Amino acid sequence: MGIKSSTPYGKDFGGCGLVGIIDRSGNSIAGSMIVSSLCSMKDRGNGLGSGYAVYGAYPEFKDCFGIHVMYNDISARGPVEDLLKSRLELVHAEPIPVKKIHSIVHPPEFWRYFVNPPAQVEEQGDDEVDDLIVNIVMDINESIENAYVVSGGKNLAVFKGVGHPDAIAEFFKMQDYSGYLLLGHTRFPTNTPGWWGGAHPFTILDWSIVHNGEISSYGTNKRYVEMFGYKCTLLTDTEVVAYLLDLLIRKKGLSLPAAAAVLAPPFWKDIEEMDPSKKDYYTALRVSYASASLNGPFAILMGFDNGILGLNDRIKLRPLIVGKKGDVVAIASEESAIREVLKEPEDVWAPKAGEPIIVTLKEDVNSVGKL
Amino acid sequence: MIKIDAKGVPYKELNEKIHRAIAGGATKIELTHVNGQRYISDGLKKDIKITIDGVPGNDLGVFMDGPLITVNNNAQDAVGNTMNGGKIIVKGMAGDVCGYGMRGGKLFILKDAGYRVGIHMKGYKTLNPVIVIGGNAGDFLAEYMAGGVIVLLRMFGRNGTAETTGDYLGAGMHGGTVYVRGGVDKKKLGKGVDVAESGEEDALLLEGIIKEYAADLALDADKILNERFEKLTPLSTRPYAKLYTY
Repeated sequence: MGIKSSTPYGKDFGGCGLVGIIDRSGNSIAGSMIVSSLCSMKDRGNGLGSGYAVYGAYPEFKDCFGIHVMYNDISARGPVEDLLKSRLELVHAEPIPVKKIHSIVHPPEFWRYFVNPPAQVEEQGDDEVDDLIVNIVMDINESIENAYVVSGGKNLAVFKGVGHPDAIAEFFKMQDYSGYLLLGHTRFPTNTPGWWGGAHPFTILDWSIVHNGEISSYGTNKRYVEMFGYKCTLLTDTEVVAYLLDLLIRKKGLSLPAAAAVLAPPFWKDIEEMDPSKKDYYTALRVSYASASLNGPFAILMGFDNGILGLNDRIKLRPLIVGKKGDVVAIASEESAIREVLKEPEDVWAPKAGEPIIVTLKEDVNSVGKL
Repeated sequence: MIKIDAKGVPYKELNEKIHRAIAGGATKIELTHVNGQRYISDGLKKDIKITIDGVPGNDLGVFMDGPLITVNNNAQDAVGNTMNGGKIIVKGMAGDVCGYGMRGGKLFILKDAGYRVGIHMKGYKTLNPVIVIGGNAGDFLAEYMAGGVIVLLRMFGRNGTAETTGDYLGAGMHGGTVYVRGGVDKKKLGKGVDVAESGEEDALLLEGIIKEYAADLALDADKILNERFEKLTPLSTRPYAKLYTY
């Protein structure tokens, strides 16, 4: 034997764990809260990937894109910074503070860059600016060896790596961050490697995704987003969901419920039973976006700048529970993870298969979706 | 009565404490501040009572054969997984895959139950497992059911209203009986299931089950029974006999 186990009881357990917490009033939630909640589900993961997303992490740079870059080899820093400086205005750069801890060996290095688009791109509008950021992320991930973008949204910080959720939180000093929306994920990798870039959340712009399950349709979905310029470089199926949502919502202008209905479309037999206008609507969505629908078991949380979306596959092959107390809403794999941080919630329920749970901030609820 | 405070206690440690208490002669155990600890009462074969305050973790009562467990709150996924005997009373809702492969004993849920409840449930001679769900249930209830009884009431769910049964009800069922209070929407039935009005023999069976259920959960049995029930049975004992043979 002689192999040390990464879990205290010498056994690995199945099933990723995920949690998202939002304060609809926009009040700050301490980073330690999402850590406690996620750590209550530590047994779901096996130490091969954990991560957090914090929306509202960088109030001092809230109008800049905050680009977190992971360097497997620090020699990649030069090329990345040259690329950023050549295409964006660099406002501030610094290493992401980390704490050396025993259980995390040979971590990559992490830097964050706060950047603005050049004036001539900004004049062309938000969509052009967002496209520029997406292109830069794709270029770094695809063409600069040993460099990967972890996140690149505004006022958004994502920290992730190989380790249990408590270790990753300690390593990235999660107690020093707070935000109005936080996501957490502990991983039990099944089909793909447990490496630092493969931990969740996966992000693009302000979208961040944590996922429990398998995207069996990954090949189809990947080829579909590639037609629009997205590049899947992170070796894990969940990555494609982030790009799908950016494509469907930002580029195609679908509303959140419509995008959810594309990812987890109603069955044809159920569409047949709908009244004519609904039938036409769902038929159009299924036909237009067949290659964007997700097959396989999943529970997904998607964070965005003013809210969170929770979604299950169409036959609910992964758990998802919602809890609410006042303006705070938590969505998690297990009810206990909600109760760990929301004492005596006023309501707790299990969403139905394929039923999107959308929770937005009370203000600014219309900034997403045009349909 | 032995009290065990489960606050912050990892599941393995908590279960060891329970096993030690029973080895020391305890017949009544009260667990407080439970939150998400898995496998509580796993494999226990004693005639003991366990009361749980808080939300127990997945696989509550897995493989157990004898204990009476009362949960004063909600329960999570896979309650009564492959249990052989005893009873679990949940005074709230329960998650997915409850009563999976259950082969004996009773599982009484006051409120809603999740998806795939009672799948692969089976019975043999004197072993006749029973699940009663007071609220609504998700899709695939009684899928591949081979024995035992499931009663779906749709009275005490979160919304307080009787929803249509979940889809694919009894799909692949080849034994056992499902009773649905108020009747089923045939479109929701899985393949191979026969629906009939419940008869006199059924009424007798239901009365026994519901009286016990109502007593355990402080409900009015007459009010529950004062409605028609439809009875689901398998059309064939071997619905997939030819699936792999030809």
